[in-house]
Amino acid sequence: MNTLNHPGDAPPHLQLQGITKRYGGVTALDSVDFSCRLGSIHAVLGENGAGKSTLIKIMSGVVTPDEGTLQLNGQFKNFQGPAEANAAGVVCIFQELSLIPDLSVADNICISNPPRKFGFINRREQIRRAESLLARIHCEDVNPRSQVRDLPLSRRQMVEIAKALSRDPSVLILDEATSALTAADVDNVLSLLRKLRDEGLSILTISHRMHEIEAVADMCSVFRNGQHIDTFEQGAHNANDIVQMMIGREISAHFPAKRTFVRNTEALRVDKLSWENALKGVSLTVNTGEIVGLGGLDGQGQKELLLGLFGVLKKLQGHVYINEKQVSIKSPLHAKEAGIDMALIPEDRKTEGLLLPMSIADNLGLASLRQLSQGPFINQQAMDKAVSEGVSRMQIKIGSTKDPVSTLSGGNQQKVVIAKWLITDPKIVLLNDPTRGIDVGTKQEIYRLLRQLAEEGVSVLIYSTDYEELIGCCDRVAVMYDGEIVRELAGDDITEHNIIASSLNLDETAA
Amino acid sequence: MSNTGLHHGFMTNFKIALFKNAAFITVILVFIAFYVFYNLNHPRGFSTAVYIQNSNEVFALAMVAMAQTIPVLMGGLDLSVGAIMTLVNCLASHLLSGSAWQVAFGMVISLLAGAACGFINGCVVVYGRIQPIIATLATGAIFMGIALILRPTPGGNVDGDLAWVLTNDLFEIAATYGFAEGGEASWFVPIAWIPVPLILLVLAAALVWLPFARSVTGRSVYAVGSAEGAAYMSGLSINRAKIAAFTLGGFFAGLGGLYLTLQTSSGNADIPQAGAYTLNSIAAVVIGGTSLLGGVGSAIGSIFGALVLRTISFNFRIFEIDPLLQPLFEGVVLLAAVSLGAIAVIRVKNTLELFR
Repeated sequence: MNTLNHPGDAPPHLQLQGITKRYGGVTALDSVDFSCRLGSIHAVLGENGAGKSTLIKIMSGVVTPDEGTLQLNGQFKNFQGPAEANAAGVVCIFQELSLIPDLSVADNICISNPPRKFGFINRREQIRRAESLLARIHCEDVNPRSQVRDLPLSRRQMVEIAKALSRDPSVLILDEATSALTAADVDNVLSLLRKLRDEGLSILTISHRMHEIEAVADMCSVFRNGQHIDTFEQGAHNANDIVQMMIGREISAHFPAKRTFVRNTEALRVDKLSWENALKGVSLTVNTGEIVGLGGLDGQGQKELLLGLFGVLKKLQGHVYINEKQVSIKSPLHAKEAGIDMALIPEDRKTEGLLLPMSIADNLGLASLRQLSQGPFINQQAMDKAVSEGVSRMQIKIGSTKDPVSTLSGGNQQKVVIAKWLITDPKIVLLNDPTRGIDVGTKQEIYRLLRQLAEEGVSVLIYSTDYEELIGCCDRVAVMYDGEIVRELAGDDITEHNIIASSLNLDETAA
Repeated sequence: MSNTGLHHGFMTNFKIALFKNAAFITVILVFIAFYVFYNLNHPRGFSTAVYIQNSNEVFALAMVAMAQTIPVLMGGLDLSVGAIMTLVNCLASHLLSGSAWQVAFGMVISLLAGAACGFINGCVVVYGRIQPIIATLATGAIFMGIALILRPTPGGNVDGDLAWVLTNDLFEIAATYGFAEGGEASWFVPIAWIPVPLILLVLAAALVWLPFARSVTGRSVYAVGSAEGAAYMSGLSINRAKIAAFTLGGFFAGLGGLYLTLQTSSGNADIPQAGAYTLNSIAAVVIGGTSLLGGVGSAIGSIFGALVLRTISFNFRIFEIDPLLQPLFEGVVLLAAVSLGAIAVIRVKNTLELFR
């Protein structure tokens, strides 16, 4: 393989033309042209939902595009699954790890093509190969015989990188591969990327860490709303310009007016909350009648903060205060109890929010069965009343409450999830990206509802991947980065520029 | 925790191996304890006759337990293993007679029939997209129906010599077929006491299971059971692994059925017996340290699980305890084995993961 020191002159190795991908009514990629060269590190930038993940899923065969072509080394390819892409030399290190927890490190590293002797896996050779790959990324401390299940997340990520290298790729794609790593490992990975680049590989990296991109990237491409905005040599634009390129969405929704008066009575206070690698000392206050947004790029600890508050995570460190009284919430059951009165609208309504085959009425009553029963039996009258109140309050469009909830549209299903929790009469409502994949009309109803709840004195903490929503809905926005709140924005400071800059932890340069 | 060089310390590796095989080692120790206790209290304990009898009683269950292990490792459950065993038993009761060639041919056909049943299970699961537990409940009933057609009433015609030698010790093979000076040769005497079923058990494990576990397909079965999504993203052939898991399971169940034919010299489409074998196979798999969630365990462990279950009944026999208490005691052992496996749950820190 020839080493190319001037990436601009080389022909494209991987070339995508006119790629379009739609999910239902949402266009994730809109006739995108993109190419990358051998001997080059190419960074892909963009905010949540810009289309980066879909782009790499298409390159690595996980998703097939609706339109457009993909050429590798001048040949047209139509990958049907990750195995075909891997065989062609396109290997992706995904954010959700692809390691098998019950197999050993060596088994995992060599999984796609283990060394064989008489047709059987040669374990000694496999361990030797794993050791040399781990040594290549300076991870001699990982024992190839260990089970992956027993390794901490940062070590697993390094094993994932070793596994990718064992496939001898010509295109190596890293999707946020450094986000779980320790600082020393990040340096190892970055110097490894330079080395691989010099060996002639084409490296594509999605990262939200601008200083890492500045340290290694040769080229940068910015995506926005499923479109490829620009590609330039790294250094041609400063961080501030890049943030400007990432912004630029038209405001499509209308938001209700924000609160007019301030009640500074604290409803929920979180003090130095830490959990595993995901939360690193988060402190936050939500006042009565206030809507506080959690911002930042996906996976910076926002979900863990909500789950931790709702009693789902064990061995949470730090303190939680409700109405200035310290509480230690053990489970969702505990979180519902009087005195805490919490509700969580979960991330995935299909698995955590709804019992899809059961009726709308059964789903609506599910979180408040104790209030709606007499002794061991459900009080059907109270249930019917609560159900009809829930339906009318959320204006859920239904035929009969006896229909299975799976027959409803996505937006109406989400209304059922929200109504189900409103029946419990919560004082604190946590929402985990509640408007994802929902039509604009329903979104606006949800915004109005949240504001109405706030005016009734309910405290709302909402994580949203949609910046527009944070800007339009929230009285305050706490932006998270790498398990910490890096900035709190209030009033007129809640702008897309500020949120994106803080999401990239660029406060010094962008302020 | 480890050395700085490329090679990790022996003690570290030993600890990893010990931890990984803790359940397996436990079941072996439990079996040894139960079995030594049994022999100490048996009037003819530690004798060839006892070993032969015991290994005959354990062989079919050990095979069915191995058969069950593979779908379980893949994250499924095979409710048809007892039925496949019975089907092959009934088929073999028609085929194992005549000339040496005819008998050999009959054995091959019987084993192929078992594997074919497993292959059908695999195809129903993969291409019908049906959960293994319900798919095999249905196919198991079908296999049982075929067995009843083959053998409406118990009976059969089985080569007497073959049945005799395969269910006795090595000496009888030599004596019957006249080699090693009829079993009296000085080199042969030290091994003459070994029961043939025990040898067959070791051969099945060493020649079929161990190579499978070390093959790419075997590795894929573990991977699918451990994390199917990750296995797919790693570019493994999921469908092939699933079909192979059920096919090999069918083969082992067929081996159990073939042996049952030789042991009883007949075929019997006994529905309660098939059901009991299926349920005991699941118990043996769990006692042997295989996780019902898939991904962890081995068929060797299941052999010892079957041994533990059978040894419990041996002990009941010699102590003349009320046999009505036997299910109770087996249940306690099973519960203890499952509880050991549940310890891992304590380590889960995101309780939402418990339900995934």
